[in-house]
Amino acid sequence: MDEYRELYQQIILDHNKNPRNFTTIDPSTHHAEGYNPLCGDHYTIFMNVEGDVIRKVGFQGNGCAISKASASVMTTLLKGKTIAEAEHLLELFHDVVMGKQELPSDDDDDPALDKIRAFVGVRDFPVRVKCATLPWHAAKAALHEADQVSTE
Amino acid sequence: MTASFDVHRIRQDFPVLMQTIGSKPLVYLDNAATSQKPQVVIDVIRRYYAEINANVHRGVHTLSQKATAAYEEARLKVKSFINAPSERQIIFTRGTTDGINLVVHCYGRQHIGAGDEIIISAMEHHSNIVPWQMLCEEKGATLRIIPMNERGELEIEAYKQLFSERTQFVSLVHISNSLGTVNPIETMIQIAHQHGVPVLIDGAQAVPHAPVDVQALDCDFYAFSGHKMFAATGIGVLYGKADLLERMPPYQGGGDMILSVSFDKTIYNEIPHKFEAGTPHISGVISLGAAIDYLNQIGRVAAMEYENALLDYATAQLADIPRVNLIGTAREKASIISFTIDEVHPHDIGTLLDMESIAIRAGHHCTQPVMQWFQIPATARASFAFYNTYEEVDRLVQAIHKVIEVFHHG
Repeated sequence: MDEYRELYQQIILDHNKNPRNFTTIDPSTHHAEGYNPLCGDHYTIFMNVEGDVIRKVGFQGNGCAISKASASVMTTLLKGKTIAEAEHLLELFHDVVMGKQELPSDDDDDPALDKIRAFVGVRDFPVRVKCATLPWHAAKAALHEADQVSTE
Repeated sequence: MTASFDVHRIRQDFPVLMQTIGSKPLVYLDNAATSQKPQVVIDVIRRYYAEINANVHRGVHTLSQKATAAYEEARLKVKSFINAPSERQIIFTRGTTDGINLVVHCYGRQHIGAGDEIIISAMEHHSNIVPWQMLCEEKGATLRIIPMNERGELEIEAYKQLFSERTQFVSLVHISNSLGTVNPIETMIQIAHQHGVPVLIDGAQAVPHAPVDVQALDCDFYAFSGHKMFAATGIGVLYGKADLLERMPPYQGGGDMILSVSFDKTIYNEIPHKFEAGTPHISGVISLGAAIDYLNQIGRVAAMEYENALLDYATAQLADIPRVNLIGTAREKASIISFTIDEVHPHDIGTLLDMESIAIRAGHHCTQPVMQWFQIPATARASFAFYNTYEEVDRLVQAIHKVIEVFHHG
């Protein structure tokens, strides 16, 4: 069963089964929808930003394990970050999953990088890359106050 | 099971099936999306380009005459294949979608006006919904939808109630591509005709599976695709009743669809050429002829019976797996099993099965209203052809067990 693990890493299976911050935030200062009409993945990302800091992040919606785990992991990473830090993470995740950037080797013990590392395997599955990036696009749109983003 | 049907010999005719994907032999169960091509079909396309290639209906030279003869010979084969009264009633199209659009454009726009009604069913492919919606929007007409039950069977009594004085057309799928339901179209055509309403049948999934006799059905139009019946992509057929076709205006203007052109007046060609503007997909048409020869040679009824037995076997196996839900359990089904697994998204099923070298389709299958009816985002769909084996079904079943293991216990 090992070959599954390249894509469906334990972190991904865990976050899919038990998504973190899987809740609506109402009222929220920022929110946006992410929708992939091709496969039906559909999420809404909510944030409460105070000053420059993201205090709360939540998400709602449905989709495949990759997209759901990606959204869940993302919420855990964005919470407490400044907008600039969040933007950096959004870019990093996107570039790593697209294969445009390599993560530093895993002997540093940054837990954020470990969580992103779980999605590296997605780059070998081109049709699934959009599943992983969808929630991150939506988060970016939320920060930029666009209402909806679509990937297909 | 049909003992006389030698599937292992048949498989030798399909080179694509002989490969391994990763380390395992390919199991191709996405036949409802497109079928694989037998060597004879591949050969005839190669031979056409290597030995004949010339334009049809326009040359006096030898190759053009050969190309024209091969092209028109294929039309005769299609005519016999669906038992059309005449080859004049066989129009070559790009595929089923193109055939439906032709009818919408050339028949619908002439006969359907403001306040009129068109009946389609709850299980249509988008290609038999959207063209009619576009026509409704243009003309101010309305779509009426035949409902279905939880098995995925159309409600015939409700269908009868949908007819009104304003009903102008019925367009129906023969076999549902997402549910596998075989609709009782013969009865449904009779009902429409009792109201004087013509019927188009979308036969994309039916023609590869079962013998179709357009005269016995008495349908007014029947559309299907070549690539789902073991021929090339980009070629399809629209059959129509001659009196309707003759009264319809051309589809597109151009070469080959005219008898004479001057700047004052153009005289259109006879059917079917009136509907075939421009240089056609000659190699595609010839491949369709070769696919028909192939199907006749292996025996259409034997292939269908084998496929039905395989479907019954697969259905029984899948129905037995806990957490697997079959979507579409009509009493009359063909070749297609749609399913979901509790708490596993169909795209994850598709990816995991691909890792086992099993090709299925995951998604809404261009039937989003069907997904909405069942309140699911998508299904996984295994669809069979006569070259699939019982061993392949077993591989599918094992792989589904693995999916459940990964997601529920992983």
